[in-house]
Amino acid sequence: MSQRNGAAKPRTIIEKVWDNHVVSERPGAPALLYVDLHLVHEVTSPQAFSGLRERGLKVRRPDLTIGTTDHSIPTHDRSLPILDKVAEAQINQFEKNCRDFGIPFFGPHSEKQGIVHIIGPEQGLTQPGMTVVCGDSHTATHGAFGALAFGIGTSQVEHVLATQCLLQGRSRTFEVRVEGALKPGVGAKDIILNLISRIGIGGGTGCVFEYSGSAIRSLSMEERMTICNMSIEGGARAGLVAPDETTYQYLAGRPYAPKGAAWDRALELWRQLPTDSGAEFDKRIDIDASALEPMITFGTNPGMGIPISAPVPDPSAINDPLERESLGKALRYMDLPSGKPLLGHPVNVVFIGSCTNSRISDLRAAANILRGRKVNPNVRVMVVPGSQLVKSQAQAEGLDLVFKEAGADWREAGCSMCIAMNGDQLAPGEYSVSTSNRNFEGRQGKGGRTFLASPLTAAASAVTGVVTDVRTLL
Amino acid sequence: MEKFTAFTSRMAPLAIDNIDTDQIIPARFLKTTSKAGLGDQLFYDWRYDADGNPKPEFIINSPEGRAAQILLAGDNFGCGSSREHAPWALTQYGFRAVISTSFADIFRGNSLKNSLLPIVVSQDVHKTLFAALEKEPAAIVRVDLAKQELTLPDGTTVQFPIDEFAKQCMLQGVDELGYILQQSDAIQAYEAKRPLSVNTLAST
Repeated sequence: MSQRNGAAKPRTIIEKVWDNHVVSERPGAPALLYVDLHLVHEVTSPQAFSGLRERGLKVRRPDLTIGTTDHSIPTHDRSLPILDKVAEAQINQFEKNCRDFGIPFFGPHSEKQGIVHIIGPEQGLTQPGMTVVCGDSHTATHGAFGALAFGIGTSQVEHVLATQCLLQGRSRTFEVRVEGALKPGVGAKDIILNLISRIGIGGGTGCVFEYSGSAIRSLSMEERMTICNMSIEGGARAGLVAPDETTYQYLAGRPYAPKGAAWDRALELWRQLPTDSGAEFDKRIDIDASALEPMITFGTNPGMGIPISAPVPDPSAINDPLERESLGKALRYMDLPSGKPLLGHPVNVVFIGSCTNSRISDLRAAANILRGRKVNPNVRVMVVPGSQLVKSQAQAEGLDLVFKEAGADWREAGCSMCIAMNGDQLAPGEYSVSTSNRNFEGRQGKGGRTFLASPLTAAASAVTGVVTDVRTLL
Repeated sequence: MEKFTAFTSRMAPLAIDNIDTDQIIPARFLKTTSKAGLGDQLFYDWRYDADGNPKPEFIINSPEGRAAQILLAGDNFGCGSSREHAPWALTQYGFRAVISTSFADIFRGNSLKNSLLPIVVSQDVHKTLFAALEKEPAAIVRVDLAKQELTLPDGTTVQFPIDEFAKQCMLQGVDELGYILQQSDAIQAYEAKRPLSVNTLAST
């Protein structure tokens, strides 16, 4: 497979992982790519399982497949019944599908249940150099480990269940180099929101990002996951970070990570993954981390982001009519004036959660702001851990008490108000500061309005009741 | 899948950039375990008022929109969520093609697997089409996938790109899974030499 490129040609990590997984490449067809890990959840899989039943097919590799319930599942007390009967039926169908096809799964009452992109890394299932797919566009999260991880549709979920393979065209490579030291109050979420605001939500279409540079190297695994998670909001199906000592330290000892001699063999292979010096990318952008401010979105797609002290842009300053109308439509939906910053804008809801920002470090960051403070009485605050294990860890550290004493609602694990399928949602017209990944119209509930930001900014805004620069509370 | 044949049709214009799949089909409709009924939920929050009544001014509620098998949309159509419910909803409503200047990757792939043709045109052609509809809402174009040709209302023809493999699948009405299943020997050979792997069935 590597002969294609010539033995001596330097390759990016993206090309190396790709080359390692090509099963066949026939003329006139995309490559057949092998999938090392397939994550399955209740929302995008039912029609795929129906397809298998109709064709009389089995799941080829249940041992490379794992399921969890996250999107439709309520985040209230798990001993209570699920009130939404349609959601309940979907969850029950998912459990039946997993049992019928021999796929291990973390059901609603499992202590390992959680958001699909939280549990893979947490369990040590996600490893460097792997191909990882899931019927969910935020699958790029797993790229933080140096895996080529991307979201697929339900037809492809069926293909992978049946064959463990996908037909896939080669992507272009896009280096996102982030150098310099972040200032206090600025973090991973601000880096990725800054990138997307610069390239736009279609800027990475057809590409895979490699995030590199000193600022990325200095981030923890959880922070790298936050960045890779939102690659799709920049249009890229996948985004990854080459593995390093931070990666190996995170992985060592996790339940499904290799052990003993297998660990040593794995480490030897993983160390060959980083991009060769002299390898060329199709595109590149540079970001100066030291110049970043906390970021926040003002509009109805994740590319509509600004530094928190900057004014909301003015549609009349845009020449292209379609672009001008798109910005105008967004500001009408958000009911926001242009030309002034969002700072001081009233907030009804703060949501801390989602596959972007619901890991233990996110909860610690939010708790550090809320400790000894009270949530503004006009704000409803939901804190939704990404998994039951994150929840247990937070409780062991007393973070749940910090949240409750501040007046926040401490919930069970799930996607919750990021996608608002499970009853956790905004009322029409409400404004949220949310640590999730999408601010599309109605994303957090019909008529709801979302400002995307970091856990620090969300927690600060919870305290004051208005959009707040967290640096004033540090 | 049915074979994708050449056709002529009116177009329903939706001059908005970055239409995401949450708008095409809102998440609350994804609790279904089948594909049935999604056509009625297409563009739900733009299409119906708070009481669930169709908004007459929204294009696909109008007679012009109803008569169109082609959606003419702004740049980067189908961004966001990977939900295949988006092309299912579009095809169930009756669309056979979407014309835009670009498509999000996952949506494009999902569409091709459901006989919904994503037609990429240049900025100039895109503007020409919107202008033609402003002048004549019943303006017609012809789509010929075999030739990769779009014939504009004024009779001029432009080429559009498409992945050759997906094109053949659509023209012949076959899906990819059959093709992949034929390669089980190659898959088995690959599995035999895989160096490392996790085992999700292992007790931990």
